[in-house]
Amino acid sequence: MSVIVEKVSKSFITKTDKINTLNNINVTFHKGEFICILGPSGCGKSTLLNIIAGLEQATTGRVICNGQEVQEAGPERVVMFQEPALFPWLKVIDNVEFGMKLAGIPKEERREKATKYLRMVHLTRFQNCFIHELSGGMRQRVALARALTMDSEVLLMDEPFAALDSQTKSILQLELQQIWLETKKNIIFVTHNVEEAVLLADRVLVMAANPGVIKKEFHIQLARPRQPDNVDLAYLAADIMKELKEEVEKVAKAEFDADWTSKKSIILSDSDSNMGTGI
Amino acid sequence: MDWLRLWKPYIFPSPVAVFTTLWDLIADGSLGIAVLASAKRIIIGYGLSIIIGILVGLTIVRFKYLDENLSPLILGLQTLPSICWLPFSILWYGLNESAIIFVITVGSTFAVSIAIESGMKNINPLFIRAAKTMGAKGFNLYRNVIIPASLPSIVSGLKQGWSFAWRALMAGEMISATKGLGQVLMVGRDLADISQVMAVMLVIVVLGVGVDKLIFGRIEINIRERWGLDKA
Repeated sequence: MSVIVEKVSKSFITKTDKINTLNNINVTFHKGEFICILGPSGCGKSTLLNIIAGLEQATTGRVICNGQEVQEAGPERVVMFQEPALFPWLKVIDNVEFGMKLAGIPKEERREKATKYLRMVHLTRFQNCFIHELSGGMRQRVALARALTMDSEVLLMDEPFAALDSQTKSILQLELQQIWLETKKNIIFVTHNVEEAVLLADRVLVMAANPGVIKKEFHIQLARPRQPDNVDLAYLAADIMKELKEEVEKVAKAEFDADWTSKKSIILSDSDSNMGTGI
Repeated sequence: MDWLRLWKPYIFPSPVAVFTTLWDLIADGSLGIAVLASAKRIIIGYGLSIIIGILVGLTIVRFKYLDENLSPLILGLQTLPSICWLPFSILWYGLNESAIIFVITVGSTFAVSIAIESGMKNINPLFIRAAKTMGAKGFNLYRNVIIPASLPSIVSGLKQGWSFAWRALMAGEMISATKGLGQVLMVGRDLADISQVMAVMLVIVVLGVGVDKLIFGRIEINIRERWGLDKA
C-alpha cells in the first residue's frame, strides 16, 4: 500500500487576499517507509497531513490511498496529534480499545490486543487509570498505543512529541524507531525539528512557505536504531538546516517587524568591546 | 422561647410548634399523601421535559438554521417564570393534573435544551477529529464521543432543570391543586397556621436538596473524578 498525493493545492481566501497554503504538491509515500515532512511554521505541513488524513479537503488535486481516492477520515489512515486527544471519560485500556470497539471487534480480542500494544509502550501497569492521572509523556504513549491498535498501514503523526520535555521526547523517539521496525508501518511524521527528522526518517521532505511547496528531498541512509549524538546525523542535520534556514528567515521576515535581519548579532559583544570576559 | 416575646407566635412559629405540626402531618398520613401526589407530578413533568429538552437541544445542534432562529426565542422563554404559563395551562387543560404537569414541563424543558446545546457546541474539536480518524461517524460518533464529552454540562443542565421543575411544581400546586405539598402549605395559610406553612417549607427544602445530592451530586462527583476536575 502506498499513499499518492497528486497535484494537491489548498488556498484560503481572507479579507485582503488569497493565501496559497499548499501549491501543487506531488509526492508518493511508499509502503513501510518512514517519512518526515519538515518545514517552518506556517508552511502548510500540518495542512498537508490533514488532507492526507481526510480531515480537510484539498482545493484542487487528490490523495490516493491504497488505490482509492481519500474522501473522508477513516481508520486506515489513523492520526496522532500534538496533543494526546485521549478521552477523559474512559480508562486507559478503554481509550486504547476505542477504535477497535468502533470496528466491532469482540471484547476478548480487543482486550488482548490493547494489552499487547500497551505492553509495547510499557504502560500495562496503568491500564485502569484515568487519563488525568498520567504524565504528558505517558498520555502520548497511550495515544500511540491507541493508534497502533487500528492496524492501519499508514500512521500519520502531527508533531506528536513537540509538547513534551526533551528527555521524554528522546525516549519516545527511540521507542518509535523500535515500534516502526517491528510493525513496518508507513509513517508520515510532521515536525519542525531538524534533528528529530534526521533521527527518525528514511526520507525528509523540506517544505517552503508562501506558497507551500516541497523544496527538497533528502534520503537518510543511516543504520538504526539511531542515537541523537551520532556524528553522521549532525552532519546531515546541518545540511538540511542550510536548506531550511532560508525558509525560516523568509517566514520570519513576513511575520516580524521590518527592521529585523538575521545577519544582526552574529557575534555577541558587550559594550566594553571585551570579548574575553569570564574565560 | 416564650418568655422572650420578641414576636407573636402567628408571625413566626417556634421550632417546637413546627416539629409538632410536622409530626401531626406525618402521623395522620396527610404529608405522605401530599408527597406522593407531588412526586407523581414531578416525575411525569420532569421526565417529559428531559425528553422534549433533549430532542429540542439535539435538533438545534444538528441544524444551524434552526439554531440561529430558535436560540434567542428559547433563551427568552427560559427567562420567563413558568408560573406565568398557568392561566394558559388552566385554559387548555382545565383545573387538573395536566395543567400542573404542563407548567412543570415548560419550566424545565428550556434549561435542559440550552444545556444540551451549549454542552455539545463546546466539545474540544480534537476529540471529534481523533474519533473520526478511528472510524467514528454518524450515530456512533454521537454515542461514543459527543454525548460522553458533553456529559458534564448536560448533567448541570439537568440539575438546573430539576430545580426549575421543583419550583414550578410548588407554584402550580399552591394555586390550583387539591392534593400535594403546595396545597398543604396553602391550607396552612388559609387556616392561619403558620407552623404548618413552615413545616411544609422544610419538607420542600429537604426533598429538593435530597434529590440534588443523592442523584445529581453522585453523578457529578463521578464525572469530576474521571475527568480529573478535582485536582485544581
